[in-house]
Amino acid sequence: MKAFSIRALVALCLAAALAACAKSTDEIRIGEFGSLTGGTATFGISTHEGVMLALDEINGAGGLLGKKVTVITEDNQSKPEESVTAVLKLIKQNEVSAVIGEVASSRSLAAAPQCQANGIPMLSPASTNPKVTEVGDYIFRACFIDPFQGSTMARFAVNHLHAKRVAILTDTKNDYSVGLTEFFKNTIKQLGVEIVAEESYSEGDIEFKAQLTAIKATNPDVVYTPGYYTECALIARQARELGLEAVFLGGDGWDSPKTVEIGGKAVEGTYITNHYSPEDQRPEVQKFLTDYRAKYNGKTPDAMAVLGYDAMQMMADAIRRAGSTDGAKIRDALATTYNFPGVSGRITMDPKRNAKKDIVVLQIRNGQFHFVESIPPDA
Amino acid sequence: MSGAAYVARRNAPLLVALVALGLLGLGLTRWLNGYYLQIVVLIGINVILAASLNLINGITGQFSLGHAGFLAIGAYSSAATTLFIGLSSTAALPLALLVGGCAAALAGLAVGIPTLRLRGDYLAIATLGFGEIIRVVILNTDAVGGARGLGGIPILAGFGSVYICAALCLVMLWRLVYSQRGTAFFAIREDEVAAAAMGIDTTRYKILAFTVGAFWAGVAGGLLAHFIGYLHTNSFTFLRSVEIVVMVVLGGLGSLTGCALAAAILTILPELLRFGAEYRMVIYALLLIAIMLTRPSGLMGGRELSWRSWSSTPAR
Amino acid sequence: MQQLVNGLAWGSIYALIALGYTMVYGVLRLINFAHGDVYMVGAMAAFYLAHWLGFATAPSLPGFIIVMVLSMIVCALLGALIERAAYRPLRRQPRWAMLTTAIGISMLLEYGGQALFGADPKFFPQLIESAPAFRIADAVVTNIDLLIFTVSLLLMLGLRWFVYRTRTGMALRAVSVNYDAAALMGINVDTIIALTFMIGSALAAAAGAMVGLRNPKIDPLMGLMPGIKAFVAAVLGGIGNFPGAVAGGLLMGVCETLVAAYISSTYRDAVAFVILIAVLLVRPAGLFGTVSVEKV
Repeated sequence: MKAFSIRALVALCLAAALAACAKSTDEIRIGEFGSLTGGTATFGISTHEGVMLALDEINGAGGLLGKKVTVITEDNQSKPEESVTAVLKLIKQNEVSAVIGEVASSRSLAAAPQCQANGIPMLSPASTNPKVTEVGDYIFRACFIDPFQGSTMARFAVNHLHAKRVAILTDTKNDYSVGLTEFFKNTIKQLGVEIVAEESYSEGDIEFKAQLTAIKATNPDVVYTPGYYTECALIARQARELGLEAVFLGGDGWDSPKTVEIGGKAVEGTYITNHYSPEDQRPEVQKFLTDYRAKYNGKTPDAMAVLGYDAMQMMADAIRRAGSTDGAKIRDALATTYNFPGVSGRITMDPKRNAKKDIVVLQIRNGQFHFVESIPPDA
Repeated sequence: MSGAAYVARRNAPLLVALVALGLLGLGLTRWLNGYYLQIVVLIGINVILAASLNLINGITGQFSLGHAGFLAIGAYSSAATTLFIGLSSTAALPLALLVGGCAAALAGLAVGIPTLRLRGDYLAIATLGFGEIIRVVILNTDAVGGARGLGGIPILAGFGSVYICAALCLVMLWRLVYSQRGTAFFAIREDEVAAAAMGIDTTRYKILAFTVGAFWAGVAGGLLAHFIGYLHTNSFTFLRSVEIVVMVVLGGLGSLTGCALAAAILTILPELLRFGAEYRMVIYALLLIAIMLTRPSGLMGGRELSWRSWSSTPAR
Repeated sequence: MQQLVNGLAWGSIYALIALGYTMVYGVLRLINFAHGDVYMVGAMAAFYLAHWLGFATAPSLPGFIIVMVLSMIVCALLGALIERAAYRPLRRQPRWAMLTTAIGISMLLEYGGQALFGADPKFFPQLIESAPAFRIADAVVTNIDLLIFTVSLLLMLGLRWFVYRTRTGMALRAVSVNYDAAALMGINVDTIIALTFMIGSALAAAAGAMVGLRNPKIDPLMGLMPGIKAFVAAVLGGIGNFPGAVAGGLLMGVCETLVAAYISSTYRDAVAFVILIAVLLVRPAGLFGTVSVEKV
């Protein structure tokens, strides 16, 4: 009977799938999840490239604890609910010892509880929203956090750019943007400058003229747009079409090779806060630039690639110091990371499992991100 | 033969199958790892979803495309119950599920009543609209996380709870539909005007179908919320409604066993096709089109799996 | 005022897509779920054509027009193909069968598009550099917006001429009124229906190409929301009614923009659904539709 044979087919498939999951235990498995496709694809791809470069170096030097290291990568399509599925698969099916991911704070926040609940240490290379590490003591990050980022840009706008009228355009669909807006606003208010307009949009929107028209009517000097590069570049374009000439300010979400590609002339002059600048003359940065360009056809790495590389190296360093792949031991080793020589700066874990690092301000001039200034933490 | 014995005899195959599967499942949980267990649980949830939609679409003939909306309401309201009341023991689950189910049932009522007058295409679009409105409202409700999703839901549901709910759902629907009064549902599907002319209170049965269907979708939502521990409105779009519709259509509109089977197949299929991740949904779409072009009556052809069907006579 | 201009630009787009929905519903009583995805294919086709024909590096107005017309032809063929392969065999089946197949085609186009073009968004080349064309009050009307208004108007007038002034157009109207009678009158219903799909798809493709120019981010799932909104617009105007579709589209575009501007941008998409429910509950025939009574 039809129903019967279909049942049999199903049973066969299940059996086959079960049989196919042979696992080897003579390698160290680290999971990576990120947005390899979707609206923030360059984040995931850049991070992945950084991680892979680090992996090559680690395995080239003999691996970790005498074993080869493999990285298993899952794509979450730039969606938070897919992050949960991806991480569950890494933990339950691939049985990884640790997880590296993600760039977008919303998606890290979605996956973190699962890592915490399963005792698997998670190291986010670039999620800057403070809530991510608050999920639990197994969650770490290799970058600075948004209170620092938001207030830095606010001070830069007021002190350096002498802005008197500030407009804000937030992506309410994501924690990163909402968080940054809040910290930026607080500092702006402390400095006594007027916020003339606050508008919002959602990640994935393509039409912003309604909000931009409202902003234009208030005549701002600067527009703070702490979102992700696809929307930000489109926003800049549409703003210029409407005749809005204010300078754009943004966060590290703007950092992508696609920003200038999409935004063209409209994004010229924009200032952003970021994790590193390719113009940094420190030897670690220059060596990384050379290696990266050699592996990836002369491409200049963006901040996500750098942080992906640093995160992987930090993880390797932690596993070496822990001397085992036990989750709790790796966790303890990560927590005691001190003065780790990362490409993005010397990294020390603070008690809240966030990294204490410098922040840089960059400006887009002639289609490239150029260094403006560097600010140390606790400035 | 007496009423009870008749009922028992008619339902015997289904009951036997349910108990057997339950025992098999319990055995499986012993040595299946987390990933496969997850699939089994998802099958259970999808069975509930497919069956509940089948009541509305297949049995009563009301082509509803908004089922994901009921799922969403059930998921979010049950999550809100455990989160905001602060319960986290497994005993809290039935309460959360009940809340989820009832909230969804209310939504079912809210959707069923205004759409009473609508037929066919218009009904489909109206239900689609309601499903999307529900999703957008939840998306804009910051109290439940809004656009950033709702996380940290205590993980209370597992194979046991899902199986019990699925079994209860199927049994309840079976009893409802294959009873004397239950023929009214089929009558409305076949020809609503004629049914009304025969004295059937079409309003009552249509609303009943929506409410009960929505209730179980809500329960499924509660189970989902307490199994994954994270909710995002992106999981409750029109696409989700369509996925459930595909299950019902594949199994055969109107066949409860059919849609349960189809739910199982269509939960496993995407996982098997994970290697060709990009082509996964393409195959899904082709499957749907193929079914419609070749055998729109689905796997079971609108009939139930019973001893009778082995000899090809329709059970109903 | 600027908001009005923004709204009308989108409104024209919705109107073009809505016309396709209305035409198909008129002849087949089918809500072609796949129509929004034909719009997407139009945008994608225009994107690839612009690159292959070299216009991406040599931007010009005639270049855009050529690309748009070619993508219209591509989609017309696609529309005819879909009709022939998926809808024609199901004409005698219950309505939900065709509806479900339409959903299937829609998914096939979306996910096939993702597999074929990649799920990442693509950025339409700037075939025409955006520049302010003229100002009304304090509103800026860009040259692209002007192009959209002009092209849409021309296409709509062309359609009107075709439907009301040609024999084929008359045949189309006949099939809309009564399928069987038209067949009995010697009209080749199959050809008419195929033609309907082709015209509708071509209009959607034009809309897609123009949206690509105006809002350059295009991806395989871009047709979903505009498709639903255009459908609502068609219902609002009275499904089966051509001027209604246009009016509905423009109204929809303006309402949506005003809600995004003055209430909240996150409710932008919800506007369509609220309008839909309101129309279906209050006046299902739409603004310009004829109220019909079901005879038993």
